[in-house]
Amino acid sequence: MKSSPLRVLLLWLLAMLVGGLIAWNSRFSADMSFFLPAEPSAEQQVLIEQIKEGAVSRLLMLAIGGGDAEKRAAASRDLRQRLATQDAFVSIQNGETSHLDQDRDLLLAHRYLLSPAVTPERFTVAGLHAAIGDSIDLLASPAGMLFKPFLTRDPTGELATMLAGLGSASQPASRDGVWASRDGERAMLLVQTRAHGADTDGQEAAIRSIRSAFAETRQALGADGLSLQLSGPGHFAVAARAQIKQEVLLLTSISSLAIIAVLFFIYRSPRLIGLGMLPVLSGALAGIVAVSLTYDTVFGITVGFGAALIGEAVDYSTYYFMQSGRLGLNGWRQRFWPTIRLGVATSLCGFGALLFSGFPGLAQLGLYSLAGVLTAALVTRFVLPHLAGPVAVTNTPQPLLKFMESGLDGLSRLRLPVLLLAVVAAGWLINQRDQLWHPDLSALSTVSEADAQIDGELRADLGAPDSRYLVVVNGADQEAALQAAERTGRHLDRLVDAGVIGGYDSPARFLPSRASQDQRRAALPESAVLRQRLTVALADLPLSAQRLDAFVADVEAARKAPPLSRENLAGSSLALAVDSLMLQRADGWSVLLPLHPRIDGDELSIPADQVRAALAGSDGLFIDMKAEFDALYSDYLSEAIRLSLAGVGAVILLLAVSLRSPQRLTGVLLPLLIAVVFVVAGLHLLGQRLHLLHLVGLLLIVAVGSNYALFFDRSARQGKPDPETLSSMGVANLTTAIGFGTLSLSSVPVLKAIGLTVGPGAILALLLAAMFVPRGTNR
Amino acid sequence: MKNLLTAGLFLALLGQSAWAAFDVGSLMADLARHPGGKAKFVETRFLAVLDKPLKATGEMTYIAPDRLEKRTLTPKPELMILDKDLLTLERDKQKLSINLASQPQALAFVDSIRGTLAGNRAALERNYLLHLAGTPDKWVLTMLPRDQQMASFVLRIVVSGSGSQMRSIEYLQADGDRSLLTIEPVDGR
Repeated sequence: MKSSPLRVLLLWLLAMLVGGLIAWNSRFSADMSFFLPAEPSAEQQVLIEQIKEGAVSRLLMLAIGGGDAEKRAAASRDLRQRLATQDAFVSIQNGETSHLDQDRDLLLAHRYLLSPAVTPERFTVAGLHAAIGDSIDLLASPAGMLFKPFLTRDPTGELATMLAGLGSASQPASRDGVWASRDGERAMLLVQTRAHGADTDGQEAAIRSIRSAFAETRQALGADGLSLQLSGPGHFAVAARAQIKQEVLLLTSISSLAIIAVLFFIYRSPRLIGLGMLPVLSGALAGIVAVSLTYDTVFGITVGFGAALIGEAVDYSTYYFMQSGRLGLNGWRQRFWPTIRLGVATSLCGFGALLFSGFPGLAQLGLYSLAGVLTAALVTRFVLPHLAGPVAVTNTPQPLLKFMESGLDGLSRLRLPVLLLAVVAAGWLINQRDQLWHPDLSALSTVSEADAQIDGELRADLGAPDSRYLVVVNGADQEAALQAAERTGRHLDRLVDAGVIGGYDSPARFLPSRASQDQRRAALPESAVLRQRLTVALADLPLSAQRLDAFVADVEAARKAPPLSRENLAGSSLALAVDSLMLQRADGWSVLLPLHPRIDGDELSIPADQVRAALAGSDGLFIDMKAEFDALYSDYLSEAIRLSLAGVGAVILLLAVSLRSPQRLTGVLLPLLIAVVFVVAGLHLLGQRLHLLHLVGLLLIVAVGSNYALFFDRSARQGKPDPETLSSMGVANLTTAIGFGTLSLSSVPVLKAIGLTVGPGAILALLLAAMFVPRGTNR
Repeated sequence: MKNLLTAGLFLALLGQSAWAAFDVGSLMADLARHPGGKAKFVETRFLAVLDKPLKATGEMTYIAPDRLEKRTLTPKPELMILDKDLLTLERDKQKLSINLASQPQALAFVDSIRGTLAGNRAALERNYLLHLAGTPDKWVLTMLPRDQQMASFVLRIVVSGSGSQMRSIEYLQADGDRSLLTIEPVDGR
């Protein structure tokens, strides 16, 4: 390494400049993709599409509170009108029934192409007799009042047949003609945005439009008492992004300020502190650049992890400044660098294990930290000495040194009790192993409890769909997809009849395939034939054929009507249903058939086995979104266990090869093992349910904590630890604990879990290493 | 002749005043005491579009104060259950549930029968103008909708009964169609 200082400096500056440019142009995101699998199965693919662009992901629920019912209803109408003129929204529903008339008229107008009951048999004498007889019977029922006005146009009851097929999706409550919450105290609206759920900018703009439209409404009505509440996936994404943005700034500020304060206490030199931060900045930048170049998008959570990286990366310059003073640069490189190098290598093993995760967020954290730590170490080794020049001996304050030395003696006396305590804690944890883990992915959700509660209330008030169960079919083109949906629908009809499911939605209800339309049209008889059959069919019914001219005319019109297309439905909620259930992909069309559980079932769940069995032989793929989520999480968890074990294995292997002594290896590993046991026991004692990020934290305790054990191990071979080693380790440990500990302040569960685990774990690892690493000639 | 007429009028007035104590309030109090029970019903609908009336029969069970089951047996089995504000209709394995709280007009309609069964004057007067005629043994309660929208749907509801027992309820619709529901208690009350 004979390169001139200037050249090194210039190279470094150039690298920083390029890195800065790349980071500047990186795409940052804070959406759910952090949690979504990188290589999804067919079922998971549907899950991802639904989360990113599904109709449900585009729903926003609105509640207007305050004032009186009349004011709220007026505001609801006014707000709907204001939003309806904006292109950002596909639909705004507030319970006003005018659009329902449009839907009903459409169904009625196209009933002979839409109704699944239209078959040649239905228009025979016997078929007409049965169908019209049923319609007359229906008039005797309370529901008959609704159909009476249509009897002479639709005596075979196609409207009733179609409505029955739609199932009984429950409607929200209503006050003053618009939707209201169950207690009637809030007016409710349901908005579908044009922007996809994954388009956080679009969602943010849509939410802003809603809020400003509401402000106008309030002003227009002079109703200051009214307030707007809003929830939905888009809202969560926007809130999460804002929260992560704010936290990244806050956490890195806290962590940097605290660490700078510590360094100032030690160095008392702004110059050294500035130099000490150089490897940190380089590391953080390298992390972002590596992630940006590899993954295209940098997750906000990854950047938030920078707070921890600061604490870890600053260690290397701490070691350099505190250890090289007496020995000079070359002495430091000979005596200390190999140990630091080994420590860096163990850290890399830990972070590197995460790279293989199928959980993209985890892989990013791994890559970010890997690149960051490696860069910080390299900058410390090769750049910092050139910039810093000869470092003055940093004197650790004497009282502190005294305290540490006497502490060491005290610690080694605690070996036995601590060992016993560790055994007890381990036994307790084994006993409690069933209650240790959080069972599902919700543990990682960024949605706050208060927001989740509001969301739950609005959802219950609106009876908004949660779309847990879906059947998906595919086709090369729209017609093929619709035909597949109709075939699968026949399988599902059997399940409805058997009472296994309550019902299902299908776009083919409102937009049947051309094939079905043609079949139905062909089933309609000519006027003369129909009249003739009616006369016979109605002989013993209380309805005379003369009254049914409108029916005969409608059938004749349907025989000549052009095929029904998506354009015919434009502007109605039928079109909305069709659009939200059909997805165009690069290689064709997908149709979604959401399933509804039986209403009277105790649990709102659907027996998956029976549905799968019924779908056997059809092209339908059954998906239980919740089960998929749970499976996804348990995949992640078992993968995280594998990766952590592999990471720990790599650390052990590395140490075994470097230390070449089983005794030394045990001395280094034992404190780490005990630290892990204590941290898990501590978290469990505090009532924290562990999830996979805690597990990752444990891996990092081993990877980061082994640095300390290694220093003690090295000192042990040379007698008692020298003051430089002791004090530099103390400071390095403190900054690491501050860096990771800061994350525990985060409200983002992913970061909080790592912070809660590694922060205390790092300190424990240091204390335990001091306690257990064998000392040759201690005093 | 003139005297006779006067006497008749007088008697009529006397008869009226003798029952002056019988008003909506006391009828409601009587009805409210009815604990509920089972009854057979015959419902006849007179529809202009049909050549002859439609007849449906079945059983009704009322459990005070807010559960009513109407089980139609002919011409087609059907079950209607009204439990508080939840109306459930079962027919041909189809099940339809409507929360009436969201449907003020349907609620008003349902309250006409439920309010009478429960003797809930407030519920009835919220939606209807009440007019009572007859005696406690043979009374006729006429209800006229207060709400315009409701009136475009049902013109008049006439309930008749004796004592605390409802005997018939007749709906006259705005389009001239009409339905008559007669009730015969099964357990003799």
